[in-house]
Amino acid sequence: MAEPRESHRWKWLLCAPALTILVLAASGPLLIVLVYSFLTPGNMGGVIWQFSTEGWFRVFFRRDIFDPDDITLNSAHLAVFWRSIWLSLQTTVLCAILGFPTAWFIATRPANTRTIWLFLITIPFWTNLLIRTFAIQELIRNSGTINTVLLWAGVIDAPIQMLFTEFAILIGMAYVFLPLMVLPLYAAMDKLDFRLVEAGYDLYASRLQVLRHVILPLVKPGFIAGSILVFIPSIGAYVTPRVLGGGRTLMLGNLIDLQFGQGRNWPLGAALAITLLVIVVAALMFYLRTLNRDEGGRHG
Amino acid sequence: MVDATARDTGAPAKARPRRNYDVRRLPGFGAVAIFTFVMLYAPILILVVFSFNAAPSQAQWGGFSLQWYEAAFNNRQVREVSIRSLWLALVASGIATTVSTLAALGTTRVRRFPGQTMIYALINQPLMVPEIVTGVALLIFFAAIKVQTGYTGMGYLVAAHTAFCIPFAYLPIRARLETMDITLERAAADLYASPFQAFRHVTLPLLVPGIVAGFMLGFVISLDAVVITEFVKSAGQDTLPTYMLGQLRRNITPEMNAIATLFLALSLCIVTVFFLLTRKRG
Repeated sequence: MAEPRESHRWKWLLCAPALTILVLAASGPLLIVLVYSFLTPGNMGGVIWQFSTEGWFRVFFRRDIFDPDDITLNSAHLAVFWRSIWLSLQTTVLCAILGFPTAWFIATRPANTRTIWLFLITIPFWTNLLIRTFAIQELIRNSGTINTVLLWAGVIDAPIQMLFTEFAILIGMAYVFLPLMVLPLYAAMDKLDFRLVEAGYDLYASRLQVLRHVILPLVKPGFIAGSILVFIPSIGAYVTPRVLGGGRTLMLGNLIDLQFGQGRNWPLGAALAITLLVIVVAALMFYLRTLNRDEGGRHG
Repeated sequence: MVDATARDTGAPAKARPRRNYDVRRLPGFGAVAIFTFVMLYAPILILVVFSFNAAPSQAQWGGFSLQWYEAAFNNRQVREVSIRSLWLALVASGIATTVSTLAALGTTRVRRFPGQTMIYALINQPLMVPEIVTGVALLIFFAAIKVQTGYTGMGYLVAAHTAFCIPFAYLPIRARLETMDITLERAAADLYASPFQAFRHVTLPLLVPGIVAGFMLGFVISLDAVVITEFVKSAGQDTLPTYMLGQLRRNITPEMNAIATLFLALSLCIVTVFFLLTRKRG
């Protein structure tokens, strides 16, 4: 029997204040970004209301200053895209390498201490990202803790330049996003049926074989969730590359920022922002698809 | 729960003699885990330790001193941005928690209705969209409004932070509602309580831990938000994080460590209370 229409109205009314704020200060402005990416840049920032695909064109290509028909690939932009994707993948792998044993360690603690270990992983996650990035900066700068200790110990003669390199960004991102890998992995391991692991050993599997053929397939959903949770903020990172990468090693977030600052090409910035959003949505779609496939496989 | 080790010793050891075989042990994993925990906390601890350094550099230890805390407290700009940050977090998280409570009541424990998926998508949207994209979007949108209305007050920051806090405030409230015992409200209704009375005297008191948790989460998120603030703020509207971001480009003194330490201490208090509020009983 169909419910009368009126009965949904109170639910919508209850949601209305939240939805209004979200549409005004989150979702609506995103649509405006899309519109702006198809406009003509103004002289001092801003836009002129005239349709143009130049912003999108400039995401990947560039024109010669003297001969507008001389079109080449915009290698500077492509380098930033490549660096963002490559660094984010490296960050994800590094987080997985450190996060898997850590999650396993927590999941195999006695129940009463498990919460404390879990809490220890969560604390950094809720402390300010900027402060954590600042902590890393203080650690790896030329007069920072690592170089000071190494110099004092006589391992090196001159400080190693770590700050303002891609390495610094990688370390910084892995540091700030690691809890996002550990938590879903732990959630998957928490549900793990250890009798299956035991069965593997009973059938004379080695530790490595059990890890490879029993544990990893069972915690795979946690792995995928963790990877997505690390990859998405990494690809959109702005603070970490700004503080640790200096002015030269840009990531996508910083390239977008530049278009609204010195470069002052708002349509190009808008087009870059939409491109970043598309990459993020693609990663999410990929995640949802693997999720559905796994579920389907289990029921089928 | 039976200990795996105890179970294993009872197993027949015919073909291959077995030591105490702990199926939960994977060699090297404990070491990596301890390494990870140390790496997670070492940078923060070093930061805190050097906030008490008498020497003005990270390179040497000049003895214990509180001079950088004194400097931070006497720095008018630091005081100003700290108060603005706290005020903003309080207001934004307060509004976000109120509207999220209503939204949670409208979407939890109800029959599915058309448009519910869209509501979820809208609420969770700030979680998925990179902060820089939201920041740019708000910059464009608010710039247009500023030109039209001439208003340049704190309203923009409040709106941006509120929207950003909503998913974080919504989640614990909804989680609390889902695990709540619905029979209590039925009992209230059986005893001729009006829907409002049942809500006021039964549902709301039971919901309080979720609401407090949501508020605190929103508060921390607002205190944290640096990118959207950087893009939305007008002149003279720096918050503590954007102030710090600006200072990081200059020569850093341990005063920054002192400010960061105080900030960390505040976050730690909030997270601890949040943890105690939301942990499972038993």
